Amino acid sequence: MVAPATDALVADLVAALAPDRVRTGAMELGLYRSDASTLPGTAGVVCFPLTTAEVRACVATAARHGRSFVARGSGTGLAGGAVPVVVDGLPPVVIVTTKMNQVLSVDVDERVAWVQPGVLNLDLTKAVTRHGLHFAPDPSSQQSCSIGGNVATNSGGPHCLASGVTSMHVLAVEVVLPDATVALLGGLDPEPAGYDLRGAFVGGEGTLGIATAIAVRLTPNPPSVRTLLLDFTSVDDGAATVSAIIAGGLVPAALEMMDALITRAVEEFVHAGFPLDAAAVLIVELDGLPAGVEAAVDRVTEIGLAHGARTVRVAADEAERAAIWKGRKNAFGAIARIKPNYYLHDTVVPRARLVEVLRQVYAIAERHDLIVMNVFHAGDGNLHPLLVFDAREPGVLDRVHAAGEEIVRASVAAGGVLSGEHGIGLEKRDFMALMFTPTDLETQGWMRAAFDPAGRANPTKVLPTGSSCGDLQHVPEGAWI
Amino acid sequence: MDLTAFAAEVGPLSAGPVAAAGGLTQWDVGGESTPGTRLVHAPAGIDWIEPAEMTVRCGAGTTVADLATALAEQGQRVALPEWPGATVGGVLAVGRSGIRRLGDGPVRDAVLQIGAVRADGEVVTAGGPTVKNVSGYDLCRLFVGSLGTLVLLGDVILRTRPLPAARQWLAGPTPDPFALRRRLDRPTTVLWDGTTCWVLLEGHPLDVAAEAALARADGLVEVEGAPPLPSGDRRSIPPAEVRHLRGRFVAEVGVGVVHRVAPVPGPQVAPNPSIIALHGRLRERFDPTGRLNPGRSVLTSG
Repeated sequence: MVAPATDALVADLVAALAPDRVRTGAMELGLYRSDASTLPGTAGVVCFPLTTAEVRACVATAARHGRSFVARGSGTGLAGGAVPVVVDGLPPVVIVTTKMNQVLSVDVDERVAWVQPGVLNLDLTKAVTRHGLHFAPDPSSQQSCSIGGNVATNSGGPHCLASGVTSMHVLAVEVVLPDATVALLGGLDPEPAGYDLRGAFVGGEGTLGIATAIAVRLTPNPPSVRTLLLDFTSVDDGAATVSAIIAGGLVPAALEMMDALITRAVEEFVHAGFPLDAAAVLIVELDGLPAGVEAAVDRVTEIGLAHGARTVRVAADEAERAAIWKGRKNAFGAIARIKPNYYLHDTVVPRARLVEVLRQVYAIAERHDLIVMNVFHAGDGNLHPLLVFDAREPGVLDRVHAAGEEIVRASVAAGGVLSGEHGIGLEKRDFMALMFTPTDLETQGWMRAAFDPAGRANPTKVLPTGSSCGDLQHVPEGAWI
Repeated sequence: MDLTAFAAEVGPLSAGPVAAAGGLTQWDVGGESTPGTRLVHAPAGIDWIEPAEMTVRCGAGTTVADLATALAEQGQRVALPEWPGATVGGVLAVGRSGIRRLGDGPVRDAVLQIGAVRADGEVVTAGGPTVKNVSGYDLCRLFVGSLGTLVLLGDVILRTRPLPAARQWLAGPTPDPFALRRRLDRPTTVLWDGTTCWVLLEGHPLDVAAEAALARADGLVEVEGAPPLPSGDRRSIPPAEVRHLRGRFVAEVGVGVVHRVAPVPGPQVAPNPSIIALHGRLRERFDPTGRLNPGRSVLTSG
C-alpha cells in the first residue's frame, strides 16, 4: 500500500489553491483513480485549479515534491490516458480541469472561440448555436467530455469524416509545460513561426503539458442537411456500400454503421424506427448547399440499392433526423440491456478492407465465446467492436482480453492502425510495436522528451518501455491490454 | 517507397551537413543554408493512388504538378499548392499553403504518413496509412513546416478529395469582402486588395450558380481566375486584422495570409522564451550535431 500524499505536499497545494479545491478524501481519491477505461490507478491528491496560474502552481508543487502529475478533464477516455499510475512508489498529483469551464470569447466573424479546457464539447456548440455555428468534433460522449480532453486525445466523432478530427479545429493552445512555464502553441494567424508545436501537442494524451486555454475553429452550420437510413440483410453488403460511396467520389458528413445486435438494442432503447430484422444499417448524413446535397442523396440511394440495400429511408424532418442520431449516440447506453459490462475497441482499417476485417472480428468473438456488436464510423474505416459480457462470469475477462488483442492484431495486419480516436494511453501502449519500429518509437520518444525532459507529465503512457528516456513502469496489475 | 537509397545518400552523423532540395521554389524561407551544406534529393514518383480510400503515396521528390495530373485522372486532388516546379517534399517542409486554403485547409492536414531520414541516417515512419489515426505522437505535424531541420522527408501518404464538379471565379469591387465571405457557403478562396475582391466557388454546378448569384448581387462578375499575387513579401496575420490593412497588398480573407510587393516594416514579436527553449530541445534531440539544414531558422521564417 502506498501513501497517497504527504502532509507537506497537500499543505503546499492548499496554499497555492484553496482548501476546498485540494482533496485527499477516500471518495475523491477513489473517483479519480480511473477514467472510463477499466484500468485502476492510484491518485495521490486531487486538485481543482481555476486558472492558468493555479495549474502552474500544481505542476510546480508536484515537481518540488518529486511527484509526477496527471491532468484530466471529464474522465471519459477509454484508453486509460487519465489513469494516475504510481511512479517510484509515489502516486501522482491529479489535476482536474473541469472547474475551468468558461467560454472566454467568441469571434463570430472569424469563427473562433477561446475556451477553458473544462468546457464540455456540447456546451460550446450550444453556446454558439444562435450564431449558426458549431464545434465540429462530436464524440459520442460529447455531452460529458471536455474540450481539454478532446485536445489531449485528438478526439473524433461521427462528423469527423468530412470535417476532420480535433487537431484540424484547434488553432492555438495555451499550455502549462511540464517545467511549469506557460507557452502559447500555434496562433490565430495561419502560419505561426516555428515548428507546429500546436499540432504536436494535440493528441499528446497529457504527456506534453496541460492545456489551459484553447482557441478552436467554429464551423458554420450547413445550409442543407439530409440524413439517410439504409438497411441490409448482410453486414457484407453494408460494408461494401460504404466503400462504394467513398469510391464514388462522395464525402458524406457522416457515414455510420450498426450491426444487427446493436441495432435491435438501440431500437428497443430509443424507438427511432430502426428495422429490427436488419443485419446492418447505415446512417449516411449529407450536408452542404441544397443541389449538391440532393444529388448526393440520389447517388447514395442508387449505390445502396445496387449493393443490396433493402430500404433507403430519408429522414423527413429534423425530429426524424434527431431520433436516428439519438439512437446512434446512445448505442453504448443501450448495451446494458444485454450484458452489464462491455469493452469497446477502436481501430482503423482501410475502407476497402472493412468487409474482410469485420468477418474476422465476428470469427474472433465466436472463437472466444463472446458476444460482439459493431457500431462504428464506417466512412473512416474506424471500427468500434464492442465485446459485451458479464464480469461476474468466471474467466470471462481473460477471453475478452484475448479477443481484444486478436482484433487489434487483425486490424493492423490489414494495413490499419491501433487507434482512430480513443488514443493509446495504457490500453494500447504495449501494442505500439505492432505498428511502429523501434526507430519510430525512439523518434516519438525524442519529441516527448523535448516537451518533458524530467518525465513528470503523465508518465508510463503512450510509449512502451525502452522507447523513451523515462524509467517507464509496467501496466498495472489487472490492467486491460 | 523504399527509402534505403535516400538514407544512404543522407548518410550517418559523420557525413556532414546536409539539406534536402526540392524544386527550390521557396529556398529563401528561413534564411540560407550554411555554405558547404550538401544537397540531397528525395525520390520522385507515385507509388499508388487508392481512389476508394482517397489516399495517395508518393516520393517527396515528386512535383506537385505531376501528382495533381495523376490524381485528376481519378477525379481527385490534394490540398497542396501547385507552384510550378515545387515538389511535395518541398511544399511540406516549408508548410505554406496556397490560395485554396480557406476551402482546403492547411497543407499539414493533408498528410497522413511521412517516411523520413533522421540525422543519424535511420529511416523513420510517422503517422499511419489510414484517414484517421491517433496512434502515438503526431510527428507528421511536427515535421511539416520544419524546413528539413528535424528530419529529411522521403515519402508521404496524403489524403485526397474529390475534384469539384464546377468552379467559378468572380471578381469586383465590394464594400465588405468579410460580409460577402460570411454570406457564401464555404468558398474555396476569398482574396481582397483593399478595393477589389476575388472569390472562387466550387461544388455542384447548381450550387455554384446560386452562390455566384449572391456574389453578383455584391457587384462581382465572372472572371477567368485569380489575380497575380505580389511575391515580394508573404505574411501570416490573424484574419481579423486583414480588414485593417493599408497600402498595396492582396490578402486571403478568412485565412490571414498577406501578399505584398515588398516587406512592410513593423514590430517584430520575439517568441516566448519557453517556446525558444522547446525549439532548442527539439533540435538537440532530433539533430544533436546540427547537420540538418544548418543555418535555417524556423523561428524567423514567418
